[in-house]
Amino acid sequence: MEALLPVLIKTLFIILVGVAAFAPVITWVERKQSAVMQDRIGANRADIAGITVLGLLHPVADVIKLLTKEDVVPTGANRALHLMAPLIASIPVIASFGVIPYGGTYHFGDTTVNLVVADLDWGVLYIFAIASIATYGTVIAGWASNNNWSLLGSLRASAQMISYEVTMGLSIVGLFMCFQTLRLTDMGVAQDSTFRVFGFLEHFGFVESLGWLSHLTLPSWGILLQPLAFVLFLTCVMAENKRPPFDLPEGESEIIAGYFLEYSGMRFGLFYMSEFIEVVVIGALMTALFLGGWTIPWLSQADIIGGVTPIFGVGVATGLCMVLHVVAFFVKVIIMIWLQMQIRWTLPRPRYDQVMDLCWKVMLPLSLANILVTGLVILLIQGAKA
Amino acid sequence: MSAPAVFFYAFGAAAVISALAMVLNVRNTVAAAMSLVVTMISLAVVYVVLDAHLVAALQIMVYAGAIVVVFLFVVMLLNLRHDAFAQRRERLVKGAGVVLALGAAFAFLNLVPKSLPTVQQIPADFGSYAAVGRALYRDFVLPFEISSLLLLAAIVGAVVLAKRRLS
Repeated sequence: MEALLPVLIKTLFIILVGVAAFAPVITWVERKQSAVMQDRIGANRADIAGITVLGLLHPVADVIKLLTKEDVVPTGANRALHLMAPLIASIPVIASFGVIPYGGTYHFGDTTVNLVVADLDWGVLYIFAIASIATYGTVIAGWASNNNWSLLGSLRASAQMISYEVTMGLSIVGLFMCFQTLRLTDMGVAQDSTFRVFGFLEHFGFVESLGWLSHLTLPSWGILLQPLAFVLFLTCVMAENKRPPFDLPEGESEIIAGYFLEYSGMRFGLFYMSEFIEVVVIGALMTALFLGGWTIPWLSQADIIGGVTPIFGVGVATGLCMVLHVVAFFVKVIIMIWLQMQIRWTLPRPRYDQVMDLCWKVMLPLSLANILVTGLVILLIQGAKA
Repeated sequence: MSAPAVFFYAFGAAAVISALAMVLNVRNTVAAAMSLVVTMISLAVVYVVLDAHLVAALQIMVYAGAIVVVFLFVVMLLNLRHDAFAQRRERLVKGAGVVLALGAAFAFLNLVPKSLPTVQQIPADFGSYAAVGRALYRDFVLPFEISSLLLLAAIVGAVVLAKRRLS
């Protein structure tokens, strides 16, 4: 109980940054990027006394519009479940921020600052578990609306989300094997180092012939150790999020808007916002798993603190390191969000059977092969070292 | 009462109440299935309080996240109504259910606690994925592989039976 205040502050920070700051701005980024890619001027009409701030007032206009619209429950709908569904869809998404570390562990004298809300030993499993609950939001929304288009959308959503959850779990087993942990903070620490690209060759007797190549180092980030897992996992989480190109549960040209067809006002807004919040969660999760989390490449925490301490002392050095790490984390999150936006506005929507084929016939075998090859390589390296 | 104990009793009660809601809610099968989800999640919280973290994650991922979604899928497609169930048998079934529930409650409150072995010392990593993984893949690897073969056979059998009905 004595540690309740720091936990509350950390929770507030991540919710404010992720939900209140990032998500609304992403709705603007989405509009602007679609405008750029379709050769339009884009969101620039919302203004206060003629000042448009590059269209950044559009999120504000959105919120005012959604809050003042009538909240309609269709006749024949199951009222309680209809009202509950947007909450079931959005709460798990926000809850998954709880285990994502946005900084490392820092020692200020006797106090230790750990920049994660809940440092769970089973952190990745927690995210998988929480994410699987969000399926109910979409399924119940479609059923409780008493509309056949909605029901079709929710059936598509449930099949798609369950299928991609299987591959999502299997695709990063290789990553767990590399880092030997499921704790997201330990993964960050493991990525705060470098590895020599051709170092493994020394175990096979190629010490002298490498020359300068033997000094070539890369940060030991997940994306460099498990490039296939990065692609597979990103595809799976994007399919889980149901945004284009995986927006078949919404499928505007076929089933109008799918599972949230009968929603209006702020309840529609919750579905809409939870997709954007999930974009931030995906960015943060991909950063923590594959892009080295809060770490700065080729510059470990010990290097930063060790380098700054002689000038400003240990306290300032640690504080500076903490600030640099948090900034590095959010820069990487922004890069991952940009990547998702780029994919969203580049690829068209595939047919439903193509989505299912991609999951079960391409990505599932690939992720199983990835586990096998990773295990073999780890055994080979261990054998060569021994 | 300590914080874990509060969580234990609160979510234990939630599990029982939502399980009752599932059984008694014949009018709306989708709401009954959602009550089952609440039961599963409450049980997962109870597992977390008991330090069985891996079981808690699997409880939500497998039961709440996958199996009940498939239940819901079927229930939504069939769109069952209250009159889809036979009225006459209901009273008999309810009576038998009450007797069975009382018997189970008696067994759990009286017989089970006496027959449980007393644990001297709980290992430090009890319930973690590492401990469960060691038990599954090192100590009991043969039974584990045999049960996975059985499951594979069951899956193949189900596919064969379903395909035959289609053609």
